[in-house]
Amino acid sequence: MDIRVRLFARARDLAGAETIALQLSVGATVGELRRALATRCPALAGLLERSAVAVEDEFADDTQTVPAGAEVALLPPVSGGSD
Amino acid sequence: MIRLTNEAIDYHAVTEQVRRNDCGAVVTFLGTVRELTDGRQTVALDYEAYPGMAEKKLAEIEQETRARWPVGEMALVHRLGHLDLGDVSVAVSVSCPHRGQAFEACRYAIDRLKETVPIWKKENWADGSTEWVHPGS
Repeated sequence: MDIRVRLFARARDLAGAETIALQLSVGATVGELRRALATRCPALAGLLERSAVAVEDEFADDTQTVPAGAEVALLPPVSGGSD
Repeated sequence: MIRLTNEAIDYHAVTEQVRRNDCGAVVTFLGTVRELTDGRQTVALDYEAYPGMAEKKLAEIEQETRARWPVGEMALVHRLGHLDLGDVSVAVSVSCPHRGQAFEACRYAIDRLKETVPIWKKENWADGSTEWVHPGS
């Protein structure tokens, strides 16, 4: 299945693109999506480890499966509580 | 009330929106563009959101806050785009019957906003360089 991953902030700058299209097997997990992203775009690998993945506007852990046609986004860390 | 906006935040209007006769306390928090971060000088910030999810998370924060405190009305407004030094980037306004509740509810809402809402900022430093702020790097 084709999954389009939206990128934001430094992730978009590192990839040089607003989205990355991935080809994943049906039933692929968020963890597998992360590995596919890192392979496809090695520049993202470091930030990817610290980023969250959202599926259909909700935070998704690595064991969750990615439904076909789902909207997926890579969310780098937000500014946090210090400010 | 939840809003993402590219316009300047009218924090007086935001505060007026939460005032109610059954609430004797209104607390408004404003986040503003700060000049110094760890000794480095900022001239501007750029804010970017994942819009649909950011609005959903803001609405969840309102629900969480209302579940914990007797909130009359509350407003969560975040500005996006290019902000100059001193501009208001975020406003959280809460009304409650009593001030202790209003202070606690407002504090909770802004802290949760900073933790869970997909909004990022890019520093524009005085030396001309720029840098996305992603804590933990």
